[in-house]
Amino acid sequence: MEIKVKDKKILLHALKDSFMKLSPKTQIGNPVMFLVYISAILTSFLFLLSCFGIKDASSGYILGIAVILWFTVLFANFAEAIAEGRGKAQADSLRASKKDIETKKIDSIDHKEDFKLVSSATLRKGDLVLVNAGEQIPADGEVVEGAASVDESAITGESAPVIREAGGDRSAVTGGTMVTSDWIVIQVTSEAGESFLDKMIAMVEGSSRKKTPNEIALQIFLVALTAIFILVTASLYSYSLFSSKQLGLENPTSITSLIALLVCLAPTTIGALLSAIGIAGMSRLNQSNVLAMSGRAIEAAGDVDILMLDKTGTITLGNRQAAEFIPVDGHTEQELAEAAQLASLADETPEGRSVVILAKEKFGIRERNLEELHVSFVPFTATTRMSGVDMKSDRIRKGAADSIKEYIINQGGRYSGQCDVAVKSIASKGGTPLVVSKNKEILGVIYLKDIIKAGVNEKFADLRKMGIKTIMITGDNPLTAAAIAAEAGVDDFLAEATPEGKLQMIRDFQAKGHLVAMTGDGTNDAPALAQADVAVAMNTGTQAAKEAGNMVDLDSSPTKLIDIVRIGKQLLMTRGSLTTFSIANDLAKYFAIIPALFLGLYPELSALNIMHLHSAESAIFSAIIYNALIIIALIPLALKGVKYREVSAGKLLSWNLLVYGVGGIIAPFIFVKLIDLLLVATGLF
Amino acid sequence: METVIQYSIYLIILIALAIPLGRYIGKVMNGEKVFLSRVGRPCERLIYRLLHIEESEEMTWKRYALSAILFSALFLVTLFLIILLQGILPLNPEKIDGTSWHLAFNTAVSFITNTNWQAYSSEAQLSYFTQMIGLTVQNFVSAAVGISVLFALIRGFVRTKTNGIGNFFVDVTRSLVYVLIPLSIVVSIGLVSQGVVQNFKSYDTVQLIEPITTEDGTVVTEEVVPMGPAASQIAIKQLGTNGGGFFGVNSAHPFENPTILANLLEMISILLIPAALCFTFGRNIKDSKQGRAIFIAMFTVLVIALTSVAVSEQFATPQLQGSERNSEELVDLSTDGQAGGNMEGKEARFGIASSVTWGVFTTAASNGSVNSMHDSYTPLGGMVLMLLMMLGEVIFGGVGCGLYGMLGFAILTVFIAGLMVGRTPEYLGKKIEPYEMKMAVFVCLATPVAILIGSGIAMVIPSVADGLNNAGAHGFSEVLYAFASAGGNNGSAFAGLGTDTPFLNIAIGLCMLLARFVPMLATLAIAGSLAKKKKIATSAGTLSTSNGMFIALLIFVVLLIGALSFFPAVALGPIAEHLQMIA
Repeated sequence: MEIKVKDKKILLHALKDSFMKLSPKTQIGNPVMFLVYISAILTSFLFLLSCFGIKDASSGYILGIAVILWFTVLFANFAEAIAEGRGKAQADSLRASKKDIETKKIDSIDHKEDFKLVSSATLRKGDLVLVNAGEQIPADGEVVEGAASVDESAITGESAPVIREAGGDRSAVTGGTMVTSDWIVIQVTSEAGESFLDKMIAMVEGSSRKKTPNEIALQIFLVALTAIFILVTASLYSYSLFSSKQLGLENPTSITSLIALLVCLAPTTIGALLSAIGIAGMSRLNQSNVLAMSGRAIEAAGDVDILMLDKTGTITLGNRQAAEFIPVDGHTEQELAEAAQLASLADETPEGRSVVILAKEKFGIRERNLEELHVSFVPFTATTRMSGVDMKSDRIRKGAADSIKEYIINQGGRYSGQCDVAVKSIASKGGTPLVVSKNKEILGVIYLKDIIKAGVNEKFADLRKMGIKTIMITGDNPLTAAAIAAEAGVDDFLAEATPEGKLQMIRDFQAKGHLVAMTGDGTNDAPALAQADVAVAMNTGTQAAKEAGNMVDLDSSPTKLIDIVRIGKQLLMTRGSLTTFSIANDLAKYFAIIPALFLGLYPELSALNIMHLHSAESAIFSAIIYNALIIIALIPLALKGVKYREVSAGKLLSWNLLVYGVGGIIAPFIFVKLIDLLLVATGLF
Repeated sequence: METVIQYSIYLIILIALAIPLGRYIGKVMNGEKVFLSRVGRPCERLIYRLLHIEESEEMTWKRYALSAILFSALFLVTLFLIILLQGILPLNPEKIDGTSWHLAFNTAVSFITNTNWQAYSSEAQLSYFTQMIGLTVQNFVSAAVGISVLFALIRGFVRTKTNGIGNFFVDVTRSLVYVLIPLSIVVSIGLVSQGVVQNFKSYDTVQLIEPITTEDGTVVTEEVVPMGPAASQIAIKQLGTNGGGFFGVNSAHPFENPTILANLLEMISILLIPAALCFTFGRNIKDSKQGRAIFIAMFTVLVIALTSVAVSEQFATPQLQGSERNSEELVDLSTDGQAGGNMEGKEARFGIASSVTWGVFTTAASNGSVNSMHDSYTPLGGMVLMLLMMLGEVIFGGVGCGLYGMLGFAILTVFIAGLMVGRTPEYLGKKIEPYEMKMAVFVCLATPVAILIGSGIAMVIPSVADGLNNAGAHGFSEVLYAFASAGGNNGSAFAGLGTDTPFLNIAIGLCMLLARFVPMLATLAIAGSLAKKKKIATSAGTLSTSNGMFIALLIFVVLLIGALSFFPAVALGPIAEHLQMIA
């Protein structure tokens, strides 16, 4: 779902949107910025009044403050608009694939030729549709007959077509994708407007974005702080009145200055960026081709402390490779290698090819043409569970130990104890033994090894540092599983995994207070997916799996779970760090404004003017300009997210506190002073 | 050096007593057996039988809250009537009449909220009956209510997937029978041994050794010496963080605080239970590190406050130090031997160290009893005392309420810090969600809101300014202090402000009610919501809430909320006064 839209276009659009968002209806959704909005209106009104002579400060001053406040509001709108912009671009390209098309509706599978051409918009749940090569699939559905290759690039961005067929775990198709070969009959599973594509458009566009509980909680905190600051400024007016009366002086605080102070103190930085951070988090997830059904799911990903990872594809490479030939019963290794190579020549599986490669590496056995040798290939079937070649005199077979054993004994041969030992030793090392026989004799065993992906060990160690446990899920027997688990460095494993076993494991962990994430694709994964806190369904999976999960991985990549956790954590960290920064800023703003404001009453307060700002007015201007500019300055950070590292909670906290807490205290002192110097240099003050 | 040792001894005694007491309170409130059970258990049972309390009955947070509110409201009305009608009630040898309705309201509110703000002058305006049956009883029950609510919150953290957070009446009974009453008996006996009065005699009149001639020429030859059942009230006044003195000048009065030993006993009593409750908290949530962390956070702020006030008072003012204009040092500033420094408003018996420690303890805890006049502290010394109240009385604070207030701040802290480690926030295994956040905000911000609104309105009322003894920045501080004291449910007075006016009585009364009951209800709501939740497992990714980093952050959040709320106010009050003084 890579979207290549020129940044310029998004920027222009965002600029336009910043003004569109000035409507009170939009503004009221963000209480902190609504306060700034009201303040901007109020100061503009005060300026109008001042033109008619009703004023407590100079007209120019009031106008200046009003203009900066309007800019503050616009900057906040811009932050949100630009975050939305990326999503909108994605949505637009998705929408392009969601056109109304003519489609072939049929009444029953038995009368496929008997179709009616109808518009895809009229399709209802349960309708049957025939889709031929070159046609677009009109709606989400299950393949009920046939098999076809489908181009799903409109949704996944992946250009290689995938196979979709009736029955099994590859039966789900998505509206908007193209059938590139053969034909399929699909049964529609969603009503118009509720399809996967519709949901996806709504999600990436952010139109169905609801505030997450965590965002709401943060907003409560921000609103409370804002309320306190309203009281602080209101009481400040009364304090100032009291003090000036006591001293017999004129009250130095104008309404405009108080409004400026209020806006400076209110947590406007985080208030302005809060929704951008949320949208950007969702957007980052979309960019890694994961579609979350709710923002809540992303936050839950940050909390996850148990990852249930499928062994194949995540921890090991998808296929095993031949690593060793172990001859038994007095046969030589070369003899075994030659037989194994012959048996594997026609075997196109990765395992088969790896045997040929090993034979070549070890003994220089060249590939031979089977037809020249007059041998016939015996393919693997589910009943025999072995494959091999039949030659004039010899029959070579390779397969799992128990099936070869049965095969040999049936022929009256003897299954050797030596072979048994070799098989067990390979299994205990986490490998898969493949026994090779020639006629009634066992030649030896091929050691097929699971290849652990490079770097997973370090990855899991990092996750452990963050307090995340990894559990390997595999269909292997416990012995094999334990060996691979130890080599890969996972914390635990579930061997001979069944859907029930997975479900039970998730429940057990949850009962102990853990949050569990898993990926799944099959229909039988659905209960476990529904139970898990973060459940990522593969896009290649069934409709049931997708509905049970709260995220869909369009790439169907088993390693995605780790990325999802990263994005979840990063989203929360960004929110927390910018809140800290925003609040820490207030300290400097107080030091800028308060002494300046009351210098008239108590000249001694200049001791607090540690920034040596030029005058009361320049101090207030500097603070409020800083306040507006910092929003713009932090937009890239809000969109990108703060730096994420896989370290313990304690280290993360110290780092973020140092950067955003301490930095948040120091930065405004420097920049407010700089702005003040600039303002003075312009000669306005 | 001597002084430093004196300060250290006070703090060491406090910790040494608080730890075992904390363990004891924890056992008592869980209904476990303790050495007093033999006496306490029958008393407890009798009370339950008389009042038809079902001991094992659990309350939802709403019922618990309703019980607490009705219980307090009942006492509010009773106390209000006692004060109004004291003229016709017994034990009134001085024939004192009922007070004005607004003073009665203010006083009744003050005592049921554990504030003990004294807009009245006790020996002139209240009868023995009012003091004993009215005020002393409230000193006990308002403290017991605070402890009870804290335990409801503790249960919220401990329990999972349940609605019950304990039984209010059982909690109140247990804290009275096992904690407050026994401790008060011990402390009163100690005080009587030191010469604190305990009688029902009418006031004595004595001949002055040296007659005084007043400005208008009248010669005063005799003095009235007030009497009364003081010792019994003073013990609980200190232990229950109440602070309402039996006599008008509170613990500066020789009959209320006669010797250095009585002073020590009373001073330690101020912080004893609030400090002990931190350890109780750790024990009862089965993670003593958490309790210790909260204690260290409070203790650190206490020590910082103590140090800054001590330094300010010890080094007095430039005027007292002597300057170029006045080359002679007016007072002895050394910390050894006879008390030097700023002794204005301090008892010569106690000196700087005992006065400052008391001042800091009493404002850190929401006690409010005084043995020196805070109005006469140096501007910065007075500011620190004021700040301790403005922080929301969470540096130990009132019995029970100080700790639950601090836990409110802990929730705010984990919220921000939790996000920074990339997780949705949790505290002690419970997720902090919008509801808890909303309630925590009520807990933490009730005090600033009460102070800001109260003082904001008061400053524009002309009659308030007219009642001031001092003008300028100091006058400002006097008004601010009054509302800080009410908003923190502290009750100490800066003095210098005539507060027995209808406006101030009502305004301060409302501030006290708001600052007491809003956090209390919010705390119970949090308790109810937490009890329903399941517990989250901890891992290396969980934010530690017991290490130094968290303690520092918690302190920072408490100080930050205080600073953000009150920086403008203190700038116009004590800071302006200080800068003028040194200019």
